[in-house]
Amino acid sequence: MMNKFTILFAAIILAFATINSASAQEPLRLTLRDGVIEALPFALPTFQAEVVGSEDMALDISKVIIEDLNGTGLFRQISSSAFISRPASFGSVISFPDWRAINAQALVTGAVAVSGNQVTVKFRLYDVFSGAEMGEGLQFAGTADGWRRMAHKVSDVVYSRITGEAGYFDSRVVYVAETGPKNDRAKRLAIMDYDGVNVQYLTDSSAIVLAPRFSPSGDRILYTSYESGFPRINILDVATVSHQQMPTASGEMAFSPRFSRDGWQVVYSLANGGNTDIYRTDLVTGQNMRLTNTPAIETAPSFSPNGSQIVFESDRSGTQQLYIMSSNGVETQRISFGNGRYGTPVWSPRGDLIAFTKQNAGRFHIGVMRTDGTEERLLTSSFLDEGPTWSPNGRVIMFARETQGSDGTTGLYSVDITGRNLREVITPQGGSDPSWGPLQR
Amino acid sequence: MKHLIKTAFLIGALMLSACTNADRFNDSDAAGLNGANSNNINQSALDGANNPSSPQFFSQTIGNRVLFMVDASTLTSSGRNTLDGQAGWLSTNSDYLAVIEGHADEQGTREYNLALGARRANAVREYLISKGLASGRIRTVSYGKERPLAVCSEESCYAQNRRAVTIISIGQSS
Repeated sequence: MMNKFTILFAAIILAFATINSASAQEPLRLTLRDGVIEALPFALPTFQAEVVGSEDMALDISKVIIEDLNGTGLFRQISSSAFISRPASFGSVISFPDWRAINAQALVTGAVAVSGNQVTVKFRLYDVFSGAEMGEGLQFAGTADGWRRMAHKVSDVVYSRITGEAGYFDSRVVYVAETGPKNDRAKRLAIMDYDGVNVQYLTDSSAIVLAPRFSPSGDRILYTSYESGFPRINILDVATVSHQQMPTASGEMAFSPRFSRDGWQVVYSLANGGNTDIYRTDLVTGQNMRLTNTPAIETAPSFSPNGSQIVFESDRSGTQQLYIMSSNGVETQRISFGNGRYGTPVWSPRGDLIAFTKQNAGRFHIGVMRTDGTEERLLTSSFLDEGPTWSPNGRVIMFARETQGSDGTTGLYSVDITGRNLREVITPQGGSDPSWGPLQR
Repeated sequence: MKHLIKTAFLIGALMLSACTNADRFNDSDAAGLNGANSNNINQSALDGANNPSSPQFFSQTIGNRVLFMVDASTLTSSGRNTLDGQAGWLSTNSDYLAVIEGHADEQGTREYNLALGARRANAVREYLISKGLASGRIRTVSYGKERPLAVCSEESCYAQNRRAVTIISIGQSS
């Protein structure tokens, strides 16, 4: 279900000129390259309660923003115990020397007002060493149930202004919630905020469900379900939580679907007579097209952002490897050549990288490579890591990790594309097969 | 005595219907029951594993599963022996249909294992057809690594999980 509140993107209402203090400092900018190792220190005094009764909400929102920014590994909160001064009120003049003295490079100030069921959040971002405001103050207003989203939106703006790239905090992830022992696992589709909060279930556990995939706009979810007794592809409408079977080319089993960027083409696998090939179906015209035709296993297709190409896995060489073909199934080229087996390729939303699962010497890895197969980089290593999905800005990968043994459980993790900042995404039960949706509006 | 036999039949029928998959009631069952008296209703005569036409006989005595090597869908010689027995049973009991479930161990990605399970299930299906069974009686489904039988993360468990299981039921062929 979509959150029911509307965020009023009431930009610029707080605008007033802030004089750049003519410092010789370069403007604050964190360039996201492999070399970024030192987290940027920032100060975020707890947002002020603008009206009586807003104190708890102000504290909660401040905490979520701090968690978002700390959670990137790119920013590091300075403890409030180090603060020399605090802004007297949201609009008051900033004493930059007090923030420079504790080496804060960025300062976020804000205020929260709760009125009935309405919450308003205002904030400003300052470049401490330049003594200048970065961009204009912004305000978000909505109903109280959307308070976390408003906090995430503040984080997205802060992240974006400092890094020059879009954020990923106000986004959701659909995944498979798993409960029960390995030989009697119950699986349900679930949707959550990117940070594992606000979990809602989209199916019951009466049939196995696998590998949900968000549409690029976040309005629909494709997934594989055994509700008919055989794996078929369902489309779920997120707003109504109603689903129907997707029409496919005829086959005994249909699985591993993904949307094109425009949301109207679906690539997927069909198994017939034991042989698995890749097909494409146009959801508007209903037209089906077979894209591969070999006795090998071809599966896990993923469109390029412009829709002209598809990356997939095939064992036509004898082991699982990655290939790219045109969206019509021609001009196929193998791109993975390292040791081991490569599967579950996913094209990054920026178009520059392919994330994959690699199996080698009894270990599983999540990795990335360029679309020509060069610059392969393994980001993780464990008994069983698989199923990468990209953050909407292409900077972070979420995946599932299963632990070894009879009591093995599966959980969601994230890692940035440099291989740093591996974190568990805490969910109420086990989780697998995450699919990261777009930034919400 | 006639009344007693009737009672025995009724009890037997109830017991049968309580048994999973035991939805057949044939001559050999009745023969066992005919010998029962009121003091000694002979349940063992209904024990499916001893009854060559029962699903229990199929799954336990003949064996409803065959195992595979790592990442392989080639039938082993012991697998072919089991399938010869399955084919014979299905030929005799022609009102049964079969669904072949293909499974994989956990050492593989989800999608690949689904496809691998489909290969394994199909290898069994093709073999049964080659032994004369009508293709319309046999369907396949893959569970990939979703339904392991043994849960340890060692080869002893993996070997049991790389399997194809023949599930039989009475019904109309497609």
